Amino acid sequence: MSSHYEAPIRKPLVLGDKSYHDVTVDVARPVEGRANKQWWIVFSIALVAFLWGVGCVAYTVSTGIGTWGSNKTVGWAWDITNFVWWVGIGHAGTLISAVLLLFRQKWRMAINRSAEAMTIFSVCQAGMFPVFHMGRPWLAFWVLPMPNQFGSLWVNFNSPLLWDVFAISTYLSVSLVFWWTGLLPDFAMLRDRAISPFTKRVYSILSFGWSGRAKDWQRFEEVSLVLAGLATPLVLSVHTIVSFDFATSVIPGWHTTILPPYFVAGAIFSGFAMVNTLLIIMRKVSGLEDYITIQHIELMNIIVMITGSIVGVAYITELVIAWYSGVEYEQYAFLNRATGPYWWSYWLMMTCNVISPQVMWFKKIRTSIMASFIISLVVNVGMWFERFVIIVTSLHRDYLPSSWTMFSPTFVDAGFYIGTIGFFFVLFLLYARSFPVIAQAEVKTILKSSGDNFKRARENGNHSHNH
Amino acid sequence: MYTFSNKLKTFSFVLIILGVIGIAYGFLTAPKTVQDVELILSEQHHGGHGSHDEAHATTDSHAVGDSHAEVAAHDEAHQKHLEHVLHQLQNKPWSAVYVAAIFFMFIALGIFTFNQIQYAASAGWSPVLFRVMEGLSAYLLPGSIILFILLVASSLHLNHMFVWMADGITDPNSPKYDFIIAGKAAYLNIPFFLIRAVIFLAGWNIFRMLSRRNSIALDETGDLTYYKKNFKLAAMYLVFFIITESIMSWDWIMSIDAHWYSTLFGWYVFASFFVSGITVIALATIYLKSEGYLDFVNKSHIHDLAKFMFGISIFWTYLWFSQFMLMWYANIPEEVTYYIFRIKEYNLPFFGMLVLNFLLPVLLLINTDFKRLSWIIVMTGTCILVGHYLDFYNMIMPGTVGASWYIGVTEIGAILFFAGLFIYFGFRALAKAPLLVKNNPMIEESKHFHY
Repeated sequence: MSSHYEAPIRKPLVLGDKSYHDVTVDVARPVEGRANKQWWIVFSIALVAFLWGVGCVAYTVSTGIGTWGSNKTVGWAWDITNFVWWVGIGHAGTLISAVLLLFRQKWRMAINRSAEAMTIFSVCQAGMFPVFHMGRPWLAFWVLPMPNQFGSLWVNFNSPLLWDVFAISTYLSVSLVFWWTGLLPDFAMLRDRAISPFTKRVYSILSFGWSGRAKDWQRFEEVSLVLAGLATPLVLSVHTIVSFDFATSVIPGWHTTILPPYFVAGAIFSGFAMVNTLLIIMRKVSGLEDYITIQHIELMNIIVMITGSIVGVAYITELVIAWYSGVEYEQYAFLNRATGPYWWSYWLMMTCNVISPQVMWFKKIRTSIMASFIISLVVNVGMWFERFVIIVTSLHRDYLPSSWTMFSPTFVDAGFYIGTIGFFFVLFLLYARSFPVIAQAEVKTILKSSGDNFKRARENGNHSHNH
Repeated sequence: MYTFSNKLKTFSFVLIILGVIGIAYGFLTAPKTVQDVELILSEQHHGGHGSHDEAHATTDSHAVGDSHAEVAAHDEAHQKHLEHVLHQLQNKPWSAVYVAAIFFMFIALGIFTFNQIQYAASAGWSPVLFRVMEGLSAYLLPGSIILFILLVASSLHLNHMFVWMADGITDPNSPKYDFIIAGKAAYLNIPFFLIRAVIFLAGWNIFRMLSRRNSIALDETGDLTYYKKNFKLAAMYLVFFIITESIMSWDWIMSIDAHWYSTLFGWYVFASFFVSGITVIALATIYLKSEGYLDFVNKSHIHDLAKFMFGISIFWTYLWFSQFMLMWYANIPEEVTYYIFRIKEYNLPFFGMLVLNFLLPVLLLINTDFKRLSWIIVMTGTCILVGHYLDFYNMIMPGTVGASWYIGVTEIGAILFFAGLFIYFGFRALAKAPLLVKNNPMIEESKHFHY
């Protein structure tokens, strides 16, 4: 892939005196060891939240979506907000694994595995919202183009909602394949270390019989590049098509041409914030501070700052052009966002998404773990409110003032949402205990060029050479 | 050290002289009076007068003259039509110069921005190309000055390119009054317009000057603080750029179609000149290598530039599609006229540009080996540059000359003129400093770069 020479000015990506074997041991430790008390506590909380969500979903399905707060004017509210929020979070995984691979960013190797896991888990959460909004989720397969034995069920290819079905299912499958391909050599590593026959059996199934021959590696490299090539347009296309759900309409605040790239930037923004949230905890709990270093957190913070600024420019552009357009409806839509009954959600969004990431300009803040963790949570709150602002404030005061109304969520709306958060963490916590959470095979490829001890040795060697 | 060869210098002068002749021809042959226009139109009569009239109706409804359409008396309408065409034809040489001027200035800006992104990203592959970027972006200063003069010329009513500048257009008592433009007057007014232009152009040029100065100082002193200074400068520039870029695209291009608006416009314009800038870097690098310079630049560097040409071409298409599809799909009259007029009257350049900017770059550059072949890159690069010239042509001409467009001596003259200037100033600056930066901490990594 990339050259083996690395400028001495670059900071090491793996800290401490690591040998190849140390990497293996460090990555296998959380899987081979036993779960500690904190893990069980967090897992129990997540499981309770998840079960609460299951209850709310059961209530929704058995009673109907009238249990939600959506009404005639605001026909889309929390469901679609949550859907877009979760899909957006997933984006960072694809960006890290595909785009950063193409850009030869070696630091991605410490975080890509978990980021991709996050992608897959969050897309699963996202998918549930449209499915349960259908009211009869057992007929969800109707969104697929079906032969007409069922009556006239042919889908509407003109609808961006249908494009979404294709976009997101493609996204999920490509991400899954990409993730699993990368996992093969690492599963094989766990298989080869396994003591009990049962564990050995499980990991040997999961690793698809990976043998580690040169041919395996060659195919592995090839397929990784091809998948990166396929996944890169997906980074753009998925959230672009999600934005089309809104932007193809003629609703002021929704129909605006900047929406596609701005949704993509926002998705990467929220995704990186979520990666930071998860990894700041995981590096501590699983003892991976030498691999997920402060530098990694700093770089992610910089991406959060850049994408946050892009999103900020898009917000301002929308405002300015709404005024510039001279269209009364456009102007009112934005005035209503900023000063209407939902003004607080608009200003929450502005503060969390545009202002808060700007603190990352200070090196002290972006290299502080606590500050990074707080900002990452703030950004996720902000990005949830961004979708809420776009969706609810554009709908609640539509073209017909007599139908103007407000939206307030019911406990079922909240329960479903909390349930997905619980489910997400249940999956992630299980993953953290059973999967190699760092792409150890990849990290080993950069150990000699970017490992701290090797870099130091090289520098000393050069030094004595010169004098 | 590069020496600006006499051959290339002469070539640039020839381009400039041919360009001046072409531009002068355009201005001299532009009709002066309504009678001239009548003559031209009667000569064209056998051609397609029908389509012309129809086009005129469309321009009217989407540009200024909503009031025009209401006029019932035929003679008066005819007179107005002639006047309208006269303005369009008088705009034509101005627009030809404007499109080429803005395109080449944007190329220099795109190159400089690419250079700054390399600094801000601490890229390790590209430092061997820094001097090429620094040299070529030297055209930014002359390009900015010429563009500013053109903006002042429009502000002085020497042409009618910007309809919102017309006298009385914001005055409710004037027959020219336009309600929508009047609503934008707080932003679209000549003094503010020129002040913004000064801030943007001066800002970019100051950043370029400082960055170049630090780069030279790093060469001479080996003091790493200059490297760090340039890193910080790049970050500051990118903040300044992302804001000013959008606004300047509204000012200098979008406001020509004064009723129309698109929030994506700024980023779309950026993608267009960014890919053009990267293409020019690649073409100049290949040229310099063929002359025996840049022996430290290897195939992998060329390959990376070609990847950027490929990737940003797709990104441009993505933005083009987003803007086009959303307006086509929503079909809101105020928005969609922009595209209807282009599809009707600019069909060939409008769709032809998609072939040049998307189809050919993708097909030619998708293959790994092709991205390493100079002649493929030169061929694709030519497509990209022609295609993006057409892109700006499509953005600017419909609002200034309406249906009275054709690419003739004036347009080609203007392209030659600015290409000549670009080559002259770019390569002159290249000759002023060694072609390889010294003391940049990434330089060894860049020299060793191997895909």
